[in-house]
Amino acid sequence: MEKCIACGLCAEKCPKKVDDEFNMGINKRRAAYIKYGQSVPLKYAIDPENCIHLIRGKCKACEKFCPTGAINFDDTAKIVKIDVGAVILAPGFQPFDPSPYDIYGYGRIDDVVTSLDYERLLSAGGPNMGHLIRPSDHQEPKNIAWIQCIGSRNNNRCDNTYCSSVCCMYAIKQALVTAEHLSGDDVSQTIFFMDIRSHGKDFERYYENAKTQGINFVRARPHTIDPGPDGVGASLRFTTETGETIQQFFDMVVLSIGLEASKHSIALAQTFGVELDTYKFAQTGSFLPVSSSRPGIFVTGAFQAPKAIPRAVAQASAAASTAAVMLTEGRGTLTTRKTWPEPLDISDAEPAVGVFVCSCGINIANIVDVTEVARHASTLPNVVYVENNLFTCSADTQELIAEKIRTHGLNRIVIAACTPRTHEPLFQETLKDARLNGYLVEMANIRNQNAWVHQREPERATEKAKYQVSMAVAKVVNSVPLAQEMLKVIPRALVVGGGVSGMTSAIAIADQGFETVLLEKSAALGGNALSIEKTFKGEPVRPMLESLMEKVTAHPGITVETNAKITSVSGSVGSFVSDIDVGGQIKKIEYGVAVMATGGREAVPTEYHYGSDERVMTHLEFDGNVMGIFRKDAKARKNEKILPGSVREDSSVGEISHRDVSMAGEGTAEVPGSIVFIQCVGSREPERPYCSRMCCVHSVKTAITIKESSPETSVYILNRDIRTYGVWEKHYQRARELGVIFIRYGVHDKPRVNPEQDYISVKTIDPILQMPLEIHADFLVLASGVVPNDNSEIIQLFKCSANEDGFLNEAHPKLRPVDMSVDGLFLAGMCNYPKPIDESIEQAMAAASRACVVLSKETMELDAIKSFVTERCDGCALCLDVCPYNAISLKTVEPPGQDTAKLSGGQGDELKEQGGLNGRAKKQIITDPALCKGCGICFATCPKEGIMVHGFTMNELKAQVAAALA
Amino acid sequence: MNDNFEPVIIGFLCNWCAYAGGDLAGVSRLQYPPNMRAVRVMCSGMVHPNLVADAINQGADGVIVMG
Repeated sequence: MEKCIACGLCAEKCPKKVDDEFNMGINKRRAAYIKYGQSVPLKYAIDPENCIHLIRGKCKACEKFCPTGAINFDDTAKIVKIDVGAVILAPGFQPFDPSPYDIYGYGRIDDVVTSLDYERLLSAGGPNMGHLIRPSDHQEPKNIAWIQCIGSRNNNRCDNTYCSSVCCMYAIKQALVTAEHLSGDDVSQTIFFMDIRSHGKDFERYYENAKTQGINFVRARPHTIDPGPDGVGASLRFTTETGETIQQFFDMVVLSIGLEASKHSIALAQTFGVELDTYKFAQTGSFLPVSSSRPGIFVTGAFQAPKAIPRAVAQASAAASTAAVMLTEGRGTLTTRKTWPEPLDISDAEPAVGVFVCSCGINIANIVDVTEVARHASTLPNVVYVENNLFTCSADTQELIAEKIRTHGLNRIVIAACTPRTHEPLFQETLKDARLNGYLVEMANIRNQNAWVHQREPERATEKAKYQVSMAVAKVVNSVPLAQEMLKVIPRALVVGGGVSGMTSAIAIADQGFETVLLEKSAALGGNALSIEKTFKGEPVRPMLESLMEKVTAHPGITVETNAKITSVSGSVGSFVSDIDVGGQIKKIEYGVAVMATGGREAVPTEYHYGSDERVMTHLEFDGNVMGIFRKDAKARKNEKILPGSVREDSSVGEISHRDVSMAGEGTAEVPGSIVFIQCVGSREPERPYCSRMCCVHSVKTAITIKESSPETSVYILNRDIRTYGVWEKHYQRARELGVIFIRYGVHDKPRVNPEQDYISVKTIDPILQMPLEIHADFLVLASGVVPNDNSEIIQLFKCSANEDGFLNEAHPKLRPVDMSVDGLFLAGMCNYPKPIDESIEQAMAAASRACVVLSKETMELDAIKSFVTERCDGCALCLDVCPYNAISLKTVEPPGQDTAKLSGGQGDELKEQGGLNGRAKKQIITDPALCKGCGICFATCPKEGIMVHGFTMNELKAQVAAALA
Repeated sequence: MNDNFEPVIIGFLCNWCAYAGGDLAGVSRLQYPPNMRAVRVMCSGMVHPNLVADAINQGADGVIVMG
């Protein structure tokens, strides 16, 4: 495998064609292949089930053509023994296979495809290079349907009764992207669904936007799929909400298939002895959401339950954190650190460039005349040595380059080979080994961006390669050694927020051996969990919460500060400094990283007579004041009566301001006969256009408790969609079995509520019966959404960001779900988005894991590609506003001999006003290399070349342009 | 215009997207004309207007900034 240079000749010469499973069998690959273009590591493999040599002992074409001798037919699976302290299992899922079910028409009708087939059809790297054509006649489809919940939420045709969580969103995405892949405006996309579950951050907006883009959403489940005329397209029969049966023809039908446990993951679970749940996903508890049933073995991703990417990534970090806590003692004991000799001082030396032109076997040499390129290189100014190599990247060539650097006194190197994106680090190391600064190498990409893409024009390719080498030489002559700054890391973390998320993060960080300061703005720890009875899985919350509070207070590595808030922040990743106000007293704290866990709260409803009638309550109020009656068993409850009493404001809960409904006298409680829940109160509406994720499961769980305790109580849940995502779908099923009545309402046709003397009248229209209904309810429970706590101070102090709804933003919504855009800041829990306890704990552990990546380094080596200020800067500060990372600030520089420079523009102005500088002071910007990412927007903005980026200076870039046009 | 006209285009390619895309085009063996000379930059936002003007002044037939 070390010898493979991923040239692809083996695949080109391999005579055996097989279905390409990555493209869902839509096109062919060879028996020598890579799975896909971005494979890591990028190494070709031989498929033993199809290789002609391995099956019949003939062929060996790949071996004959492989330029590096990388083919080894005898390579077989080996058993390797590794001693480890912890194991993380992440085998993923398999997509549901609809082919055994004739009802879906998959395999029977050409133009019925799965969503994964469709994904490949849309992909630019797919079988049709992103040109969408349907399988039957290779024509562009214009009218496409998606059918949701194929292999999910179904106990009739398959065993997957859970919701797969991701299909609604991917179907909407595919429907939207479809328009971009088809010519003409006459595209029509229809999504057939049961409930649209857009319960993730900013997903509801995406759904609403899709509606405005003309995507048709039809609430129906097509029951019959027939082939279209002449075997082209498909016709669907479905029943609308009004009871009408419709037959509609589509050019193409996409089955939105769900996620399920694979045979392999089930076998893996058996091997490791970890228990699976009824759906064959790994069993975990809400409070240890990544711990399997076996100590030391952790689980993550869709192996634990179906989930979308952001939560899978957060879980992965959570698993890493939990494993790291176990392995804290051994951290760093098995690692070695590479060191390099001190680089030579070349500041007085004339540039002496060595050019190494790679043939890459025949990859480059077959198209580009490498001898001619080498000859051309030798004519360029400052070039003193040129060589052609078969493989410039091979280990022996590295030694050769180092030797040539020494013997020819080379101080700049150009490698004309493949891409710097994969190979620059290798050559930088070679330079460092030869006592040259690593930034004195430049690559000319004559393989990926030349020989491979101009295969039919060898002469012009050679011409282009010569220019590429000229450009690289011109640039490297202008390059200077660059220093990589070392940043000392303060091994202390600040955690803001003392709820479940904050406490979990603090414990996970402190358990890994780092001092942690936990700030809580109120007088006590606990947050929202104080008012939550049970998790969605049914575990009681209070004991877990008490144990968390006990741990943080007793932990020697954790300092808890209550009544505390941050008042100032300076510095950047690795070394922040803040003042914190602890009950009026200011304390200074230095820390390397911070975790934001500032939480959220139940929104206060403004509709449905909330606040004017005490029988109208929010979830938490209802849980606290009424649910007690249903938690007792039927016997104990027999003679009790429950009657609503007076309403008072309870200030002790802080900002939450829940009302406490006091009961009229002990022992007179009566079991309510009818309870109505209204979902999406104040959510999914223009003023709060997001789904709060938890309310559906909460209402459904509450309804189950009521029904199990008192079957005679009527429970109605008025909803817009029921979003019991993932495995919580089982609660929805259970509630229906118990007789809970679900009635849908539309956002433009909301229930009308009228409190009467003896009951609350709730009027709505039943969409199935198409009839108006009136319910007489004893209690009306409003599933009010979650709003974030006020983060404006945090945002201002740390210069981080929140979305339009006020939830703190992650650095990347999918791939960096707990990092914030400011380096060294992480987030967890409801400040990011509404989520249940288990997901908050996952995120909190993940934030701890990411924080410890920084804390576990004594020093951080920063990349040298950073902005720097030149003498031409006159302090106009144009660059200040454009910097996306807030890495630039303004300072006043005093003439030599005077006092030291003062930081920040504000202070400078003050100084100037005092008249102490005699007009000789000048303003200049300074950049913080710890914050700068080297994007150079400042550079492009500056009219005076007052700020540039190391490695990409105006001189270097202009030299490249000039050489390109010479 | 001459039928054999072959423009020289200066391309400024963002390291993280367009340049990576150029590499992937190579891995996928997508063929395109060799008229562009690529300058790798760390962000398309880094491309100073003077660089574009410079390229045109020195005879480039076109400049493409990809990011």
